[in-house]
Amino acid sequence: MQEQAFLEYVQAGGQVETGDEMPGDYRAKLIKFIEMHGNSELMGVLPEREWILRAPTLQRKLALTAKVQDEVGHAQLIYRVVEDLGKPRERCLDDLISGRSKFHNVFHYPTRTWGDVGVIAWLVDAAAIISQKALLKCSYAPYARIMKKICWEESFHILHGRDVVLAMMTGLAEQRELVQEAIHRWWSPLMQFHGNPIPAEDDPMYRWRIKSQGNEEARQQFLDGYVPQILELGLEIPDPALGKDEETGVWHYTEPDWDELRHVVTGHGPRSVERLELRRVAREETAWVRDVMLAQAA
Amino acid sequence: MVWEVFRQERKGQAFQHAGSFEAPDQTFAETYAREFYGRRQESIALWIVPREHIETIGDFVDELGRNYHRVDGYSLKTKLKEAREQVAQRSG
Repeated sequence: MQEQAFLEYVQAGGQVETGDEMPGDYRAKLIKFIEMHGNSELMGVLPEREWILRAPTLQRKLALTAKVQDEVGHAQLIYRVVEDLGKPRERCLDDLISGRSKFHNVFHYPTRTWGDVGVIAWLVDAAAIISQKALLKCSYAPYARIMKKICWEESFHILHGRDVVLAMMTGLAEQRELVQEAIHRWWSPLMQFHGNPIPAEDDPMYRWRIKSQGNEEARQQFLDGYVPQILELGLEIPDPALGKDEETGVWHYTEPDWDELRHVVTGHGPRSVERLELRRVAREETAWVRDVMLAQAA
Repeated sequence: MVWEVFRQERKGQAFQHAGSFEAPDQTFAETYAREFYGRRQESIALWIVPREHIETIGDFVDELGRNYHRVDGYSLKTKLKEAREQVAQRSG
């Protein structure tokens, strides 16, 4: 199929299956986008993993462990989609560990307190589910299909996070302070999360209908849904310019630091190096298990 | 080996394609299927099939234009209008 005809097909809502013909650029963009999503699921468990052993109750420890297990499961499903597009999982992992491919900005930051754990599970997952829900309409159907299961699991991660935050907000002054500090730390990365506000039409991921909405649209949706939920708990958001224009319904805010975003996702975040190193060591140390199991199966 | 997964969400519902996974043999395949598509009670049953055992048939050519066995083969609007007009003329 000609590239132009294909473009018109996906823009009209057409969907593509694994074995279908597709332009090289579409395939390359799909791999890049989906691989980064897989990387983010895999790297996204590391900030939370640090708190499994320090969870305040057994119930929280179990819930956090289950969430970590879910996210790794998402990475498995997503890398599988990338494999069908032509890039083997082993190469995805090579590229992730060597820094040739990227993962989401929010997973490059430290998890300082239990307050961070609550804020990550609540607000980082909330920001992520907005992007992921938009992927339910992705032009590449196998990716859209697995997103159904992923969104379903993410929605109870958000509840788990909100529950952690509510427990702290109804607790001691020290606990409330931990949450407030975490909001201060996470607000900038959260505002950067959906990317710079380029018009959807100029975004190649949107042109191919890999994404079904623009970056700014996603951020507006996040602000609309979650700013009221944050404020009603008596928490402060560290942006004096933040507010909603009641006439247009559009949120205005201080311009996020796009240089920081670029810097962080290219491997220069406060925890980028340590987390990639942990991933590398884990992969090496468990290699013998895979070898033994696969030898037995062969 | 790549396996395709079809899952049933509730009793009585159709099995729907859910995704795929890679597993070297049947034992691994069963474990992975449970792990990826059933561990949160989101499915009540799974079908797993090696991809190479799935035969896709996708070319349905309608050489003879056999639209007489489909509803779109019957456009009654114009004919009905004509029939009604004739009835009106005859009685008028």
